[in-house]
Amino acid sequence: MKQHSPYRIAAVLAASALVLSACGSDDEGDGGDGDAGDAGNGATEGEASGDGLTIGIKFDQPGLGLQEGDEYSGMDVDVAVAVAEELGFAEEDITWREAPTPQRENLLTTNQVDMIFATYSITDARKEEVQFAGPYFVAGQDLLVTEDSDVSGLDDLDGRLLCSVTGSTSANNVQEEVPGVQLQEYGTYSECVEQLANGTIDALTTDDTILAGYAAQDQYAGQLRVLGEPFSEENYGVGLNKDSDQCEEINEILQGFWDDGTMETIIEENLGAANYTANPDLNPPAEIGGHCG
Amino acid sequence: MLELINDFNVLTAFWMTIRLALWSSLFALIIGTIVAIMRLSPVGVLQWAGAAYVTLLRNTPLTLIILFCSLGLWGQLGVEPASRTSDTFIVDLNFRLAVIGLAFYHAAFVTEAIRSGVNTIPVGQAEAARSVGLTFAQNLRYIILPQAFRGAITPLGNVLIALIKNTTVAVAIGVAEAAYALRNMIEFRPDVILLNFLIIAIGFVILTLPTGLAVSYLSQKLVVRR
Repeated sequence: MKQHSPYRIAAVLAASALVLSACGSDDEGDGGDGDAGDAGNGATEGEASGDGLTIGIKFDQPGLGLQEGDEYSGMDVDVAVAVAEELGFAEEDITWREAPTPQRENLLTTNQVDMIFATYSITDARKEEVQFAGPYFVAGQDLLVTEDSDVSGLDDLDGRLLCSVTGSTSANNVQEEVPGVQLQEYGTYSECVEQLANGTIDALTTDDTILAGYAAQDQYAGQLRVLGEPFSEENYGVGLNKDSDQCEEINEILQGFWDDGTMETIIEENLGAANYTANPDLNPPAEIGGHCG
Repeated sequence: MLELINDFNVLTAFWMTIRLALWSSLFALIIGTIVAIMRLSPVGVLQWAGAAYVTLLRNTPLTLIILFCSLGLWGQLGVEPASRTSDTFIVDLNFRLAVIGLAFYHAAFVTEAIRSGVNTIPVGQAEAARSVGLTFAQNLRYIILPQAFRGAITPLGNVLIALIKNTTVAVAIGVAEAAYALRNMIEFRPDVILLNFLIIAIGFVILTLPTGLAVSYLSQKLVVRR
């Protein structure tokens, strides 16, 4: 028969207390991903309410949303800062939070962030959960290949190795278009770019903005190029909680940015190094708005 | 729920999980037994190598090992355990790379499980075997390993259950198993996010619960009574 010493019971109690307290802190919105980074910037974390503004961005996409130490850079970050300024928040009032693709809806519906600028394509399935202001930018799915590659379009991919990330629409699109393509999927694009640069795979597909951001990185300078023939439309919107009343206001702000040239400047500053220009047929977006509520 | 299971090929995904688990556990058992023999052997260098293997593999995160198999073994070193001309080259390749990673990682735990089984055998038995003239190999074959495996069924079963759940790490290199199905479900059906998790969780319970029961049954049935 096992003996039940007081120590054992105490240990069980202590363990369960630990587990419970871990749950508790999650509810207050300071758990989750990206904490290591957040801790460094000294900003107060917590509920997406009060004086400041909590904005969800990608932390790992060069040119779009990138965290380096306590500095944040990229197109999404710059648009977010500009929108926040119009809404009456200074840059210091913004708390940045990482919004990884699978967690974006959850972050919004649980009010852990006020808004999300994270290459967030407007789709019908997502609109069931959240509302979108915008689109503020229309990207298109494209291919990233090595500088000396002979791939010039989707049709050349038959029998080749194509890379993308798991749980992404981009990969499915290409496979429907070119059934002969073999798809390698990784957790992040960085791994794809690495395998592309060392010649193991033939191409990488996702939004052209994301591709341009990687091609513009110093370590890949001169090695990679974006094909420049986008074959889809990705309408980047500002993700908002359904209860938010700022949606229409943000639409007007975004329209203003396109009218006064702010958007062009932001795009050029962040993605210009990769010789990337926004698709002129689709940008500025034909209609900013219509995805609220 | 049935619609979700059909749309995202959840059953195919779990079949992949089972295949990963079966092949990985088979190779892990083989490699683990070899390393355990090295650790038990009277040769100092082998003992050292076995201990180094266990320390290194057991203390490295599995995600890192699996990613290394793809980015390192395949990407940098050009190891391609699949045929380029095959229509399912990438699928085969990733599956085999994942099995390699899972097998080598869990072999470290198998080694320790077998060693714990060996420790259940009274030292006198090995000494008696030596004194009647059995060689080290005969000693292992007839005295130590049969009893060690029977004594190690519970820890080996724990390793197997951990392995079944750890197959989810293979999603990092794009093997279409349960966690991969889950990622797709989260991406394309964010409106039923809890149900997505629930389906995958139930699937794993269906796999691991009978495994656990079988292990308990076997460990009682096969225990060496002394």
